[in-house]
Amino acid sequence: MNDKRYFRITSGAAVALLLAFAAVLLTLAVDSMPTFHVFGLGFFTGKQWNPVTKQYGALPFLSGTLLTSFVALLVSLPLSLSVGIVMGEYLRNSFLSRAMSIFINLLASIPSVVYGLWGMTTIVPLVQRLEGAAGVAPYGVGILSASLVLAVMIIPYMASLTAQVMQRVPNSMREAALALGTTRQEMILGVSIPYIRSGVAAGVLLALGRALGETMAVTMLIGNATRMPNSVFALGNTLASVIASQFNEAESDLHRSAMMTLALVLFVLSFLTNLLGRRIIGKTENGNV
Amino acid sequence: MSKDALSRDAISNDAAFIRNPVEEDPKLIKRRRTKNKAFVVALAIPVIIVLIVLGHMLVTIAVNGSKALNIDFFAQAQKPFGDPGGGVANAILGSLIVVGLATVLSLPISILAALYLAENAQKWLAKLVLILVNALQGIPSIIVGIVIYTWLVIPMRGFSAFSGSVALAFIMIPLLTTNMREIFALVPGSYREAALSLGVPQWRTAFGVILPAAKQGILSATGLGVARIAGETAPLLFTAFGSPYISTALGKPISALPLVIYEYIKSPYDDWHQKAWGAAFILVCFVFVMTVSMNLKKDKQA
Repeated sequence: MNDKRYFRITSGAAVALLLAFAAVLLTLAVDSMPTFHVFGLGFFTGKQWNPVTKQYGALPFLSGTLLTSFVALLVSLPLSLSVGIVMGEYLRNSFLSRAMSIFINLLASIPSVVYGLWGMTTIVPLVQRLEGAAGVAPYGVGILSASLVLAVMIIPYMASLTAQVMQRVPNSMREAALALGTTRQEMILGVSIPYIRSGVAAGVLLALGRALGETMAVTMLIGNATRMPNSVFALGNTLASVIASQFNEAESDLHRSAMMTLALVLFVLSFLTNLLGRRIIGKTENGNV
Repeated sequence: MSKDALSRDAISNDAAFIRNPVEEDPKLIKRRRTKNKAFVVALAIPVIIVLIVLGHMLVTIAVNGSKALNIDFFAQAQKPFGDPGGGVANAILGSLIVVGLATVLSLPISILAALYLAENAQKWLAKLVLILVNALQGIPSIIVGIVIYTWLVIPMRGFSAFSGSVALAFIMIPLLTTNMREIFALVPGSYREAALSLGVPQWRTAFGVILPAAKQGILSATGLGVARIAGETAPLLFTAFGSPYISTALGKPISALPLVIYEYIKSPYDDWHQKAWGAAFILVCFVFVMTVSMNLKKDKQA
């Protein structure tokens, strides 16, 4: 062993990570070729997904993915922001805030299949009742149920991130505002919120990345239908959930290739969201918010 | 920081000051106070909702899960459809094997790559790898599952415990690499410099000084990584696949706790539903114990 070899081995490990990443991308791209060969870019606008007639279009799953993620963010954003503001401002540095952050971190570590299990026994009956009241077919499962369990899964992430950036608001700025006679509410809205804005934006992006690719909980709750969702109550599928429920039963190479293409789309979508989110976080951590 | 918001505030507060708050319209002060209180209430309601929902989930898992626990649950493998009794011993053993092998596969490459990233932080290759590894942490794990299916399951002509471990290792490596890079960067530079100034070569400094100094950190990072992959289901669907038998063969399909939860809850049997809750309960307990103890360790070191 000498230093030259040491450097070669460690840099080799780093290069191996790079190559593994490239190999994943390459595999997805190569296996997607048959799909593009048959359907071209029409794959993304096709509304039919039918292994029997060999028609594959990704639009139902693209819309399912965007719809569930959007509804989940919509529901969880006000909830997590409130929790983050209370933890980072009203309970600033107190014992209660530490206890809550431990509790929330634990919840973030619960596997998604367990969230799905809980959702099937808790959220589904609730949604069923809601659907009964709204006069639509009371399936219970569907886009709405999947979105709600996603929202619950996102809350720990976004709340703890908001609390962290909230805690980083300098005391001097908070005190300056209070000394000028603002109420606490005016201080939060006028000083703290503008200060944490980009941190929260990063949190939203990371949460979105998680929601886009979340598989197990969504698969268990979305109802596994391959038609276009026409309302939030409809049964549907996301990019990830259709792969989870159909990949093992793929009847033909084209069917499998179509799912590889869905995976490629999902990979690119979540990679970009994560890249952007991490970039913003990196910037906030370097001091200039 | 948005300078606009601050200066806007400063101006409006200046104005308030010039008017002299003491002489300010008492109605306005009252309105601001009411607004302040209403804001607290508006924040408290969502917080209470969140605590109720998350608390409900923990209680449900504990209550439903503890009902399923008995000796057979831990000691016996799955019984055929319809036969009462049986347990999830096959899944517990399977999880231990798959997660254990994944950890063994992940550790060497993660440590070496993290050493490179920590020691060559300024190089473009290190920067690029760090960005990629960070972004890879958010990649949906189902994608790893189908890629490993293509790489290993098709050539090996069958699902296997080994392919499941490789899939989990793909999820663990980015996690370990980023965490360990941070840990290595925390080792005081003076340690390194002291070793190098004594004429110790760089590689012996790394293995003889930096790694021992970071031992606790490496342990806790590994523990958190294990907690994370122990609950992964999606990458195992098309690799380890699941098996009703107690198996230790790396080349055969194998069960795992998350797979059992998913499979059992989809079944129409009440007995199996209960076992799914039991499996979820022990999985969550494991993850919690791991997360808490490793975080305590990390805090102690920091």
